Amino acid sequence: MDVLLDTLSWVLLTLGGLSVLIGGIGALRMPDLYTRMHAASVTDSLGAILVLVGIMLQAGWSLATIKLIAILLFLLMTSPTSSNALASAALLAGTRPFAETLQEREESK
Amino acid sequence: MYYVVTIATLVTMGLALLRAVLGPSVYDRVLAVNMFGTKTVLLLSVIAFLYGRPDFLDLALAYALINFIGVLAVLEFFRSRSLRRRTEHNEGR
Repeated sequence: MDVLLDTLSWVLLTLGGLSVLIGGIGALRMPDLYTRMHAASVTDSLGAILVLVGIMLQAGWSLATIKLIAILLFLLMTSPTSSNALASAALLAGTRPFAETLQEREESK
Repeated sequence: MYYVVTIATLVTMGLALLRAVLGPSVYDRVLAVNMFGTKTVLLLSVIAFLYGRPDFLDLALAYALINFIGVLAVLEFFRSRSLRRRTEHNEGR
């Protein structure tokens, strides 16, 4: 049972590290703000879930697990909220999505 | 094995910093800083177990709270600034 839990937690940790890395690369390479936000925020929540659940399996039933659950719940509540606030602030300031500007560029040719 | 996650998180923090330096608009920078904060929380909770010191989890929790409030405050600041600039522009016409 211990070996099973260990293996599961290593798999989750590795997947979490991978998705965190993919999010970082996406946030650097995507063409405009909204696509960058897509890359960053989706893998932010997925990476956080995978890494924190992986650590939780290592910690077992202890105070650390409760703290980890609190961190996870808090991240899951705040990350979409700040993404939403960022997108609405950017839209209000007049930043336009890449697809729209691309379409206009095609039409004006 | 914790090392894999630590290194992946550190590399991602580097990429986020690069985006914060490059970022053409203010919002790109805010996005990068927000991402950096989330990754710091993850890094702190991994390091807590890497070095076997669960006290670090309290730091991670505090950092998550501070990061969220900070990002919202900065966004509110820029939003009210852009709104004010827009109304001034309309009145000037």
